[in-house]
Amino acid sequence: MKLKSFSGGLHPPDSKEYSAHKPIERCPLPEELIIPAAQHIGAPADICVAVGDQVKKGQVIANANGFVSVPIHASTSGEVIAVEPRLHPMGRELPAVVIKPDGLDQWHESLRQNDPEQLDVDSLKNLIRDAGIVGMGGATFPTHVKLSPPEEKTIDTLILNGVECEPFLTADHRLMLEESERIIDGINILRKVLGIDQAIIGIEVNKPDAIEKLTRDCAAHNIQVQPLKVRYPQGAEKQLINACTGRQVPSGGLPMDCGVVVQNVGTAAAISDAVRLGRPLVERIATITGPGIVEPKNLRITIGTPLQYLVDQCGGLNGEPAKIIMGGPMMGQTQLSLDVPAIRGTSGVLVFREEDLPKMPAGPCIRCGRCIGVCPIHLQPTTIAAYARLEMIDAAENYNALDCIECGCCTYICPATLPLVQSIRHAKGGIMAKRRKI
Amino acid sequence: MLAAVLSIGGIGLVAAATLGLAAKKFAVEVDPRELAILEVLPGVNCGACGLPGCSGYAKGVAEGTIAPNLCTPGGSETVEAIADILGIEAITIEPQVAIVACQGDNRKATNKYRYLGLQDCNAAQKLADGPKTCPGGCLGLGSCERACPFGAIEMTAENLAVINREKCTGCEKCVAVCPRQVIKMVPLKATVHVLCNSHDKGALIRKYCQIGCIGCHICKKTVPEAYVVENFLAFADYEHIENAAAAIEKCPTKCIRDFSTGYPEGSSFPPATVPVKHPAA
Ligand code: SF4
Ligand code: SF4
Ligand code: SF4
Ligand code: SF4
Repeated sequence: MKLKSFSGGLHPPDSKEYSAHKPIERCPLPEELIIPAAQHIGAPADICVAVGDQVKKGQVIANANGFVSVPIHASTSGEVIAVEPRLHPMGRELPAVVIKPDGLDQWHESLRQNDPEQLDVDSLKNLIRDAGIVGMGGATFPTHVKLSPPEEKTIDTLILNGVECEPFLTADHRLMLEESERIIDGINILRKVLGIDQAIIGIEVNKPDAIEKLTRDCAAHNIQVQPLKVRYPQGAEKQLINACTGRQVPSGGLPMDCGVVVQNVGTAAAISDAVRLGRPLVERIATITGPGIVEPKNLRITIGTPLQYLVDQCGGLNGEPAKIIMGGPMMGQTQLSLDVPAIRGTSGVLVFREEDLPKMPAGPCIRCGRCIGVCPIHLQPTTIAAYARLEMIDAAENYNALDCIECGCCTYICPATLPLVQSIRHAKGGIMAKRRKI
Repeated sequence: MLAAVLSIGGIGLVAAATLGLAAKKFAVEVDPRELAILEVLPGVNCGACGLPGCSGYAKGVAEGTIAPNLCTPGGSETVEAIADILGIEAITIEPQVAIVACQGDNRKATNKYRYLGLQDCNAAQKLADGPKTCPGGCLGLGSCERACPFGAIEMTAENLAVINREKCTGCEKCVAVCPRQVIKMVPLKATVHVLCNSHDKGALIRKYCQIGCIGCHICKKTVPEAYVVENFLAFADYEHIENAAAAIEKCPTKCIRDFSTGYPEGSSFPPATVPVKHPAA
């Protein structure tokens, strides 16, 4: 049987063997938790606690700031010891609440368990928003916004992203293997909110055990498990929709334009906790891995734990770190130091040493066309990047620079090691600035 | 054959006659002063006057809708010439020149990470606010060099922008493009400048830059009227600059520079102005 997939893309060495077989382990609480107010796409939350306050686990410490925003919660009980700018994974100092855990890890009294069967759609959505649920794949887009499509869009399919196409990461893989009941419960809630029946979980065939387990567990729930060919960036929304349903999201459009809502399996699990247990998003699963880590692991981490502490739980550093990445190696963000905290979008922490990094300096484009061949959006990365370098923003716009999903395939494949994605992103910034001016 | 020659020739004649007539009938009256002004403008279309090109500016000046002294590249000569054409009194302009208020190149200042990306200051600035540890220092990736219409900026081999005061016309294109606001416009006649753009405290600056202003007030104590120290950063007061140079020797980090004499004792400048090669498109 020919496996489903999308066109374009590539298959980098997946390097998942470091951690794929490691069961999820709970990471203990560190000395202090650094919880930034900006952990999602959209307006940062407004901090509403002060130094000296005693907080309980799950208590709101920063209020949502508008519709595309979510509240931030204390991830354990303890004392607020500082409210100040701290180094954020974005690379600059941003407002954060620093909590010294009291070791009791006590949930806030106001949190209530619910039966999703008894609740109407609006209260479910409110619970999801108030629990601070965002896309757990790393994009951190507030989930309640995705679940509120405008009237005129009809949604008929829910796709669950269990692809985890980024090399190295195995957190979703372990979650599907070990906690499928949370995922399935989350899917049932999502289906109720969207008022639809059809749900598909897309999983790449390099996780046969997860496919088998979920196929077995989902049988009773009318959820389809769709095995997919291993191909990066299959976990990108538009590619996943294309792979699972054959539908195409129009240029500049959203998944809802072709009747689909996509959620990560981790998000589904978090939704189950938020609704059934009334527990906000204060922990997640992340893969701490890479050749620079002594003993790679899948950890259940408390939001706000400094990366250094996570690395220490994994046997520490194996040699001098030369590059630290939060997220996957293709789309993750390089970090300035291990002092930054893990946040809601931290799907992994990768550590590489000097000898693991490529050395080739960027040279001129040799016009091999490989970047064009791998681009899943069928753009011409080399052309857009050249226009970006020359500041020819209009020309870059005509070549549809804004459709680039920044998957990094072109940069990965380029034999001249040109920073193509960065150039395209530069052009996108220019186009957006120009549009704002008009 | 003959028919072809005649018909093509005929079409040509008719078209020429029509065009000739149209040019007469629809001729646009151009103010002769506008043409004369365009003649005396430098013609580099740099945009310093606020209009996209010299011809637009010439038109505006002739119509009296825009001030006649906005062409900084042309300097006072141009202003006088325009005043002559318009028959008005010349309003002199103080010639301005750009300076890069930073000497922290790769030898003198540290970077917080190794940057291997697009050789463009604005692109680099978007990654954790740029690789240079100093929040105000020159990134040295040459965005200003490429923006300067007069070729007045060169990048040193150690990644620092250096402005040629002879070539700079004060058009401010570089000021607009620099993401770190490290290029400042100053009066051409002022030659003494504090070349630092960081308001961080001295102790912090010492950690990341050997040639930054630490706000120690020594310059101000030496020549009180010539310097102001604001927020841990000294500035020369261009109104009272006569004796400013006396402080150069005293400055512990040698960040004050007199452009009329050369680089101070103990500094490793002037930097070699070997142009940096950028990866081509
Ligand atoms: S151009 Fe954009 S979408 Fe295409 S391969 Fe490069 S990063 Fe991916
Ligand atoms: S892959 Fe690199 S070298 Fe090849 S065409 Fe694209 S930009 Fe040029
Ligand atoms: S002066 Fe500004 S634009 Fe010029 S190289 Fe330095 S940082 Fe870049
Ligand atoms: S150095 Fe700056 S102000 Fe001077 S001519 Fe060049 S762009 Fe204009």
